[in-house]
Amino acid sequence: MHWLFAPGLLASAPVRQALLLGFLIALTAAVVGVFVVVRGQSFAGHALTDVATTGGAGAALYGLTPLVGFLTGAVAGAGAMELIGRERAQRRDVATGVVLGGATGLSGLFLYLSATTTSSTGVTQRVLFGSLFSVSSAMVPAALLIGALVLVVMAIVARPLLLSSVSPDIATARGLSPLTLGLAFLLVAATTVGLCALAIGSILSTALLIGPAAAALKVTRSLRSAIIVASVLGVAATWAGIVLSYDSYTWRSSHQGLPVSFFVVVLILLTYGLCAWRRARSTRV
Amino acid sequence: MFSGFMIHAWEVGTIVAIVAGVVGFFVVLRDSAFPAHAIPNGAFAGAAGASLIGVSTLIGLGVFAAAGALAIAALGRRTRNDVATALVLVGILAVGAAFLSQSTSYEPEVFSLLFGQILGVGTNQLLPVAVVGLGSCLIVIALARPLLLSSLTPDIARARGLRTDGLNVVFLLIVAAVTTIAVPVVGTLLMFTLMIGPPAAARGFTKRPSVALSLSALIAVVVLWAAIASAYAMNWPVGFFVGIFSALAYGLSRLWQWRR
Repeated sequence: MHWLFAPGLLASAPVRQALLLGFLIALTAAVVGVFVVVRGQSFAGHALTDVATTGGAGAALYGLTPLVGFLTGAVAGAGAMELIGRERAQRRDVATGVVLGGATGLSGLFLYLSATTTSSTGVTQRVLFGSLFSVSSAMVPAALLIGALVLVVMAIVARPLLLSSVSPDIATARGLSPLTLGLAFLLVAATTVGLCALAIGSILSTALLIGPAAAALKVTRSLRSAIIVASVLGVAATWAGIVLSYDSYTWRSSHQGLPVSFFVVVLILLTYGLCAWRRARSTRV
Repeated sequence: MFSGFMIHAWEVGTIVAIVAGVVGFFVVLRDSAFPAHAIPNGAFAGAAGASLIGVSTLIGLGVFAAAGALAIAALGRRTRNDVATALVLVGILAVGAAFLSQSTSYEPEVFSLLFGQILGVGTNQLLPVAVVGLGSCLIVIALARPLLLSSLTPDIARARGLRTDGLNVVFLLIVAAVTTIAVPVVGTLLMFTLMIGPPAAARGFTKRPSVALSLSALIAVVVLWAAIASAYAMNWPVGFFVGIFSALAYGLSRLWQWRR
């Protein structure tokens, strides 16, 4: 098994930490992601990552932990999108695009300033593309706690949320408020985007949130099994990405490894492709 | 501010702004905001790969942007599949990240690819930028009527014998060409803003298409000039100012509409 599990893999502290963190984040992202895809909010999920980038870049500039920045940015973005979301569809897309452009410009400024005025290096790559290996160990308990919290909240709101996504009228008749539920879910999704950004970088975090969920929904019929399949796929892609990235240091003589985020995203993409292909084949018959 | 290397920045910047304003007008009209967002992101991997193997960035950008445009046209023909497009997009960005991790380039290069760098424009780029820019503008203006017809009423366009699929491919390829010349100036992540902000603002000011088209180009030029001047004066990245000024122009236009 040495060709797959390089010597010292499981003894290395950063790897063990990455496996633990990757497990919980991938699990949270898969559970929330299924609802994001079912509710047709993939674009919102993607848009939140741009704003999370701004938060992460700002945090890097002021020397705060990135997790705080990612979370603040994404939650503030969720609020802004709720405001924009009340407009007509075509104008909404343009307005969202322009607001996101402004936020992206701001990330550029923050990243530029932190690269030129502070002594830290590689900020741009760390914030945008992330690395599970370089998450500081002080942040792990907080990240685990937030992930667990998101899962608990999802367990509570799952049924009313599903009802209000499928038929808002019946939900309203039963005394639920689809608007409040929608806003609450957007906040949960924003928190999850913040966690994903910590794991695989802010502009790649869409993959972890949407990918496993969309793949699972291609091959399963019930929501319960979709959540289980998405969790398994997400955790498997993350763990395999960690192992492959660790191995890749030995692939070339220059010992220049490939980033974890790259492997995780590519594995998720392949999984999605396979599931979509299986679906296409089974529906053709 | 107008001497030596800065001259190229002004010249290239002006061309890029006019082209982005004109082509962006059709992007907004045709509701192609999503491809216009996706193509520059895909081009990022091309630029990163080009710098890894030591080819000109423009070539890397051009090849990947064109490939991205064709892929989107192919995916879009069957169904409107946002999830698939978003995942392919993020996948390409990840490939770009992998290229960057392999090259010995250090932070400023990565940064200028993503957020633009006015000083990154060399003398030898002026001619290709001018030719590609002028060509894109001419083609779009020549195709203006069929493009409008097929985006506003696709059924009538098809009934009149227009090949809407082919037209869409041509249009996406033009967006790819504009991306190629603009990304070195304003960066991958902000190309989209320059292409969407000024046309959206122009449409708020006037309802007449021909006036809006000229106004869109004018606003784009003003935004980019102001951005270059501010970037020079404050030594901050040009992309930041492009993003902020585009948003500002759009905000002003909305305010104007609301006042009336």
